[in-house]
Amino acid sequence: MYELFKDLGSWLTSGDQWSGYDGIAHRLAEHLQYSLLATLIAMAIGLPLGLLIGHTGRGAFVAINLASFGRALPTVGLVVLVFLASGLSMWPVYIALVALAVPSIVTNTYAGMTAVDPDVKDAARGQGMRWHQVLFQVELPLALPLIMTGLRLALIQVVATATIAAYVSFGGLGRYVFDGLAQRDLVQVMGGAVLVAVVAIALDLALSGVQRFLFRHRPA
Amino acid sequence: MTIDWSWIGDHTDDLTTLTVSHLQAALSAVFFGLLISLPLAVVAHRVRPLRGFLLGLSNVLFTIPSIAIFVLLLPVSGLTRTTTVIGLTVYTLVVLLRNTVEGLDSVPVKTKEAAKAMGTRPFRTLLTVELPLALPVIMAGVRIATVMSISLVSVATYIGDGGLGQLFTDGFQRDFPTPVIAGVVLTLLLAVVADALLVAVQYVLTPWTRRRA
Repeated sequence: MYELFKDLGSWLTSGDQWSGYDGIAHRLAEHLQYSLLATLIAMAIGLPLGLLIGHTGRGAFVAINLASFGRALPTVGLVVLVFLASGLSMWPVYIALVALAVPSIVTNTYAGMTAVDPDVKDAARGQGMRWHQVLFQVELPLALPLIMTGLRLALIQVVATATIAAYVSFGGLGRYVFDGLAQRDLVQVMGGAVLVAVVAIALDLALSGVQRFLFRHRPA
Repeated sequence: MTIDWSWIGDHTDDLTTLTVSHLQAALSAVFFGLLISLPLAVVAHRVRPLRGFLLGLSNVLFTIPSIAIFVLLLPVSGLTRTTTVIGLTVYTLVVLLRNTVEGLDSVPVKTKEAAKAMGTRPFRTLLTVELPLALPVIMAGVRIATVMSISLVSVATYIGDGGLGQLFTDGFQRDFPTPVIAGVVLTLLLAVVADALLVAVQYVLTPWTRRRA
């Protein structure tokens, strides 16, 4: 056990391991690229959807069921299925990651919108605000903390799951996990796993910092 | 992409075995998750300073990717079912602990005071007043944890377990979509059925929440 951790330590800190095409720096950049792009696409789909459902109050049933469906969908199965259908391309990775992230974003955006006090919305309308003014100047700012929570949750899940890109022959930090499993090299597997966990935790902390900065004037 | 129905017909036994094994892994995780989070939630509910620590810890554990948890457990428990169940249990904790604490928080102070005034001992109050009243929120957590576990079991296919997840690796390696489709459909089906059963359990356990006609 002790030997293993010592090897893991030297694997993570050796200069050779960090440089080159199969180096940690390059794999880390790939991992971030998959995760951030997938999260951005998921935001482009999930945010308008959640805002619309929350603003109109219609389609809530769909949103809630979409979320439990998304939770139940096995990501590994989805990746393999899209891979078999589309061949060697980035489609399986992005489709699976976006499918994973959209439900968290939609449900939290919707939850944030419904938590807005109806009296406040009435007051805004009573002052003659148009629907888009109510949406963007009243509802959205008030719903923002919960929306941010949804984005954080989505990003953590996406970063953790982007590991799977390596399973369908792409890069990212998952490369070490799957190559290590194939080569029975436990140190490499654990090195990859530790790196993914560290990236997930670091991004979550960064976003929670952004959140705290944005809402520094609000009572907790 | 076409489904080879004859493959499904030839493999009903395998599919049944994998489904049972899949369900067993997911349910064990929820069971152990409850076993751990119930006492921890009571502690978090009563001892304020520990509350943030326990909830924060479960949040941090949740950020560790599932494949990473399985892999990190390899030196401890190897390529076994135990690894799968421990990994999944860790994941259930974040939902179960948070919901149980919130459920206990939602019990009205007056109800607890009434129990105290009637001479009910604290432990008995917990068992017969607080936990039953917290049950709807706890059950909401159990439902999420169950569906999540059922979906996550398949990740354990990379460490040689994974129930229906084995169909994904199988289909991938042979470039044969039928087992993959069967695996996805059966996983979704398991999740829907388990969720419906849990709703029924909650209905039976909490007669007082039903609206009187």
